[in-house]
Amino acid sequence: MFIADYSAKNIYDEMFSNEGFPRKSYDFVKTKMESLGGIELLKRSSSAERALMSLGITFTLYGDGGEQERIMPFDVIPRIVPSEEWINIEKGLKQRILALNLFLNDIYGEQKILKDKIIPRDIIESSTGFLKQCIGLKPPKDIWIHITGTDLVRDGAGAFHVLEDNLRCPSGVSYVLENREVMKRTFPELFEKLNIRQVYDYPYHLRSMLENLTDVSDPVIAVWTPGVYNSAYYEHSFLAQKMGVYLVEGSDLVVENHKVYMKTTKGLRKVDVVYRRIDDTFMDPSSFREDSLLGVKGIFEAYKRGNVALANAPGTGVADDKVIYSYVPKIIKYYLGEDSIIPNVPTYLCSEDSDLKYVLDNIHNLVVKAANGAGGYGMIIGPKSSKQEQEDFKELIKADPRNYIAQPVLNLSTVPTLISDKIESRHVDLRPFILYGKDIYVMPGGLTRVALRKGSLVVNSSQGGGSKDTWVLG
Amino acid sequence: MLSRVAESVFWMNRYIERAENYSRFIDVNHQLSLDLNEEVPNQWLPLVHTTGDYELFAKKYSEPSPVNVIRFMTFDEENPNSIFQCLSKARENARTIRENISTSMWEVLNEFYLYVKDYRKLYLETNGEHRDTLSMGLSDFLSTVRKSCQSFYGCSDATISHDEVWNFSLLGRFLERADKTTRILDMKYFILLPSVHDVGSTLDLLQWLSLLKSASAHEMYNRRYKKIDPTDIAEFLILNDTFPRSIIFCIQEMQEALEKISGLKEGLPRNSAQDATTVYLNKLRSENIKSIFDKGLHEYLDDIQIELNQIGSKIVERFFTN
Repeated sequence: MFIADYSAKNIYDEMFSNEGFPRKSYDFVKTKMESLGGIELLKRSSSAERALMSLGITFTLYGDGGEQERIMPFDVIPRIVPSEEWINIEKGLKQRILALNLFLNDIYGEQKILKDKIIPRDIIESSTGFLKQCIGLKPPKDIWIHITGTDLVRDGAGAFHVLEDNLRCPSGVSYVLENREVMKRTFPELFEKLNIRQVYDYPYHLRSMLENLTDVSDPVIAVWTPGVYNSAYYEHSFLAQKMGVYLVEGSDLVVENHKVYMKTTKGLRKVDVVYRRIDDTFMDPSSFREDSLLGVKGIFEAYKRGNVALANAPGTGVADDKVIYSYVPKIIKYYLGEDSIIPNVPTYLCSEDSDLKYVLDNIHNLVVKAANGAGGYGMIIGPKSSKQEQEDFKELIKADPRNYIAQPVLNLSTVPTLISDKIESRHVDLRPFILYGKDIYVMPGGLTRVALRKGSLVVNSSQGGGSKDTWVLG
Repeated sequence: MLSRVAESVFWMNRYIERAENYSRFIDVNHQLSLDLNEEVPNQWLPLVHTTGDYELFAKKYSEPSPVNVIRFMTFDEENPNSIFQCLSKARENARTIRENISTSMWEVLNEFYLYVKDYRKLYLETNGEHRDTLSMGLSDFLSTVRKSCQSFYGCSDATISHDEVWNFSLLGRFLERADKTTRILDMKYFILLPSVHDVGSTLDLLQWLSLLKSASAHEMYNRRYKKIDPTDIAEFLILNDTFPRSIIFCIQEMQEALEKISGLKEGLPRNSAQDATTVYLNKLRSENIKSIFDKGLHEYLDDIQIELNQIGSKIVERFFTN
């Protein structure tokens, strides 16, 4: 059977140990896949794809061939995180969110961490995510980051590291939930036998977290989307539907007397909580970017006056600046007095002379990323780039060192993945979702993204990545 | 409910209703052409007149051949009312209001759209000009379109709350349906008989019959009347208040939906959309078929269309813009 031919050498594979034996958590899955056989597996895989297509979980590609609708590639071989590892991840994520939230409160408040010189002031002030307009702001319950998607990777030895924090509008949670539904249809026998921790209640956690942001009883809640052409629109409408709340666009909202209203068939109706999936600076042309056509005039002032709650709070972007990311272990230590449970990936800051020199000399061995880049854009993977690309990128770095960080190329772990009619090893990362309401809730599992091209380390869906269902057992 | 959402729900339903009507128009005409022994000239042209898209058609196609008309009404991307375009727009509307409809509604519509899209591709690729392809595949395709529209309605009925979303759905559906029924009836105006002596001939009756079928009204008409008669058919399709495709039935449904949307009982302050509908409904109720024919059926149908357009704009004004 074709899983027998599978090999993943010199790497941490999630399913097989270096000696080629299946890990304990994968025992049952491996046996089951073998007994199903390759043809059955392919059959189930294509029926899973059909299900995703008819559910309309698609994105649109515009190219030479005209418009093409595609599903996000979905692989039916699950990624399993053993529960003993998960316990640690969950603890580590809670610790991180707690500390980052205290950090945001401090940065826009007393700025003790700057006064104590733990982080250089100019790093904060030069961060594009740092919004002066938010200084002195007190968000409801002192919570800034309500929804977080933290990217985790395993290194060659199998240890989890935080690759980046996504504290603004992390997306992908709808795929986690839909993938799970499809997997239940595809492999009912696995779900019957294994104790897979469920994720379907995420929207309920999300809703009660949003309700927690206001004292209004029976509040009106809305998910704010930039609109149907946004690449995450499917997720926005999915979440609104599953929570049973409104989905609004900027043009549906209006601010009067510093209160936010939506335009309904029965006139204006007050909105109490907004889960916004729109960038800080596009939210309000009267406070931020004047040219924003998506924004709502006056919503920031309404927020400051406490007339509407926003999730996430404006200004959180400063904490997912990739330069500030490198300070997170210090941030955890400073506010909580603890060592970080999940380590960072070692990071070089181009804003520091010695690091800069190292980065320029060793770019062929490093991943260099823009401090505020996302989606796999604004980065270079040294070993996979040409001499010319490296030279060009060096110029970019030298022109704006503050904007770049570098990390060693991580040998991301792999998971067996169905590629046409073979099972091959592909690199993955993991994005768990964390909600900060009355308590901190960590969804068990998260989005496993797969780099579908052989040998590629880039997992972003905008770069052709796919996804897998993630199972936490027990 | 958001005004934007109300508007999308309204249009989603109009487009689906339109697709359903088009599929029936084409199918009935196609069947009719199979029944006629000799080729009747310009049998397909009235269809294009009926839908009000003659100008666009004439610009694109040299002659109203079956192939051209069918392609224009089913798959033409440039015809905003072709079945394919209706489905694309209905689905796009659904996508923007997904949080307001049930997953099963979305699935029905999405699969329906994918079916039409795939079929269109096949049709264009395998050279739809071929007469065999046209005759054999077409009826199946049109029947699937009709069934899918019906299952969308059935699914909406059974899976979403009968609240505002539902009532705006009905508004869109019945406004579109009333309009299409006037156009079906008017079709006879555009179908010229070879000569005036043919009035009452087999061909004439066959045409009236196909018109009834276009409105899915054949069986229900037969239960009520004994023979095919133009006056009776017009009466049935305009004034029968129990048949779901008659004009008066559609207006009744709209009036009821508006009443529920506004939450106002009769006698209390009302909005202009509701007023216009009620006034018009009362007028229809006082109508009889003789006076309609005296005025001229074609002229009378024109008036209905104007009236429906006015009600339509009042709905837009009152609920969709603020």
